[in-house]
Amino acid sequence: MTWVGRSVRGLVLLAFAVFFLVPLWALLDLSTKQVVTGGRTGAHWKALVENEQMRSAIITSLELAVLTVVLMLVLLLPTMIWVRLRVPRANRLVEFLCLLPLTVPPLVIVVGINGVYSWVNYFLGGSPLTLTFVYVVLVLPFAYRALDASLSAIDVTTLAEAARSLGAGWFTVIARVVAPNMLSGVLSAAFIGVALVLGEYTFSSLMHFDTLPVTIVLLGKSDTGASMAAALATMLLTALLLVALSLLDRRRSERN
Amino acid sequence: MESNGVTVELDDLHRHYGEVRALDGLTLQMQPGELIALLGPSGCGKTTALRIVAGLDTATSGSVRVGGRDLTRVPANKRDMGMVFQAYSLFPHLTVVDNVAFGLKLRGRATAERRRRAHEMLELVGLEQHATRYPRQLSGGQQQRVALARALAIEPSVLLLDEPLSALDAKVRVQLRDEIRRIQLEVGTTTLFVTHDQEEALAVADRVGVMSDGRLEQLAAPSVLYSAPATPFVGSFVGLSNRIPATVSDGTATVLGQAIPVLPGSAESAGVALVRPEAVSVAADPAGSATVVAVSFRGAVSQVTVEVEGTLVIAQVGSGAALALEAGQRVSVSIDPAPVLVVAD
Ligand SMILES: Nc1ncnc2c1ncn2[C@@H]1O[C@H](COP(=O)(O)OP(=O)(O)OP(=O)(O)O)[C@@H](O)[C@H]1O
Ligand SMILES: [Mg+2]
Repeated sequence: MTWVGRSVRGLVLLAFAVFFLVPLWALLDLSTKQVVTGGRTGAHWKALVENEQMRSAIITSLELAVLTVVLMLVLLLPTMIWVRLRVPRANRLVEFLCLLPLTVPPLVIVVGINGVYSWVNYFLGGSPLTLTFVYVVLVLPFAYRALDASLSAIDVTTLAEAARSLGAGWFTVIARVVAPNMLSGVLSAAFIGVALVLGEYTFSSLMHFDTLPVTIVLLGKSDTGASMAAALATMLLTALLLVALSLLDRRRSERN
Repeated sequence: MESNGVTVELDDLHRHYGEVRALDGLTLQMQPGELIALLGPSGCGKTTALRIVAGLDTATSGSVRVGGRDLTRVPANKRDMGMVFQAYSLFPHLTVVDNVAFGLKLRGRATAERRRRAHEMLELVGLEQHATRYPRQLSGGQQQRVALARALAIEPSVLLLDEPLSALDAKVRVQLRDEIRRIQLEVGTTTLFVTHDQEEALAVADRVGVMSDGRLEQLAAPSVLYSAPATPFVGSFVGLSNRIPATVSDGTATVLGQAIPVLPGSAESAGVALVRPEAVSVAADPAGSATVVAVSFRGAVSQVTVEVEGTLVIAQVGSGAALALEAGQRVSVSIDPAPVLVVAD
């Protein structure tokens, strides 16, 4: 590569780094600033764990993330494999249904969902965890894409037929033959789910549930430093999760 | 050796896809321990037949009986049949030995017994040293061997092979087909082997079933199929044949001025005789009626193409004799007087 090419590439990378890192650095700076004296303090970060409201919001959001991912996988994975194997004609329909949430504006969903939720609240109580249902719907389009890609990467029909001829029932085919070979798709669907839940603000605030993003905004009005610390912490946590999942995937493909 | 195979009977199988008749009345009886090759051109219904026997597809009508028991309504996972597919079908997330043991695990065998049996099977196909590898660390030929071991591990009542060698290169193909035959004779399982490669079919099978358009044209031992084809389709599909104009009367054909007996099923008056290249001999003869067109060297034997009475005829000649011939030379042609099939032109 010529030095021109090299330096252009360096400049582009630098621009991106500045674009991403400056806001993060600003968050770090503001969340550790002693406003009165101008010195450094860990008080805001300490408040993050000590603030009862913040702590319960973090727990709520993590619980929501786990529930959403589990419910999404339980619903989507067997359905997609089953449709692929047994009713390929319905493939288009499932894809259409899964992508549908992308096309409806959030506000419309909220308005519609409020009616449904009076029933949900009636049966399940007003726990913020009932947001799981909304989040599963929201994450469907992305999860569908991820799973569909990994489903297309394997010869599902032949694997299933081989397993059937060896004596496997349909449940075994799905759970022990096809699903284990979709691990990378499952991992990326899970990651997208977690990232979406940890960052989702519109629905939880419109429906008056105190999830992490809602609490961060709320806190920002009274304690700016702590809300900055919370925002940075969320971002780092999500990034960490991404790295962990991709390492897991890398290790798996190296093994093969 | 005692055969532990069972009889397999396909009775009047039909499989229609709308207007397409993939199977159109296929009937076939297999003896215990027999290896039958189903041979036919692409699209004649071989795969469809095999999948119906395996229970992976449902016949429009007709029945499949194994050991006298009607399996028509039994689902694939209860049929106890070993199958090897054309596409690589090993489970990518399992090691070789776990692949082979998969069917035994589903049958609830104890771990130790599974391992022992899986290693036994891998030994049978010569791959015990690769037991802990993953499928993608194996060559195509090795993967198909593992697939065979996996299919045999469950001690299937019937072994079904759907063009298991077609993704492999020529040398491995020949090696593995001989190995499949050796193993099949050793375990004695009744086997249905689908292929579109006639050399493969003739080399491994006890009997070969030639299919066309969803029906069985002829089911016979390889040598019979070759020397006495029952239908024009079989005559022209199996082996290379010269098509030489002939007239027929009283069970005798006149081909290139020579009288030759005809096979049953031949045309009544005039037609073309299907004559094998090895039944044609060529001799240098300045007064001969034929002219050498080309000599092509094929190793131990050569092909000599001659023109006689306006027809091109291919003769199979020992390479020593063929080297003495050259294009343009006059020769005489004679035909081995074994019975031939004469078909309508
Ligand atoms: N699912 C299907 N839908 C419609 N037609 C089909 C289907 N499967 C097979 N066919 C048709 O049935 C006929 C037989 O197909 P089959 O796969 O049995 O052929 P084959 O003898 O195995 O050919 P090949 O040697 O190419 O594998 C073909 O004409 C094919 O187009
Ligand atoms: Mg086929």
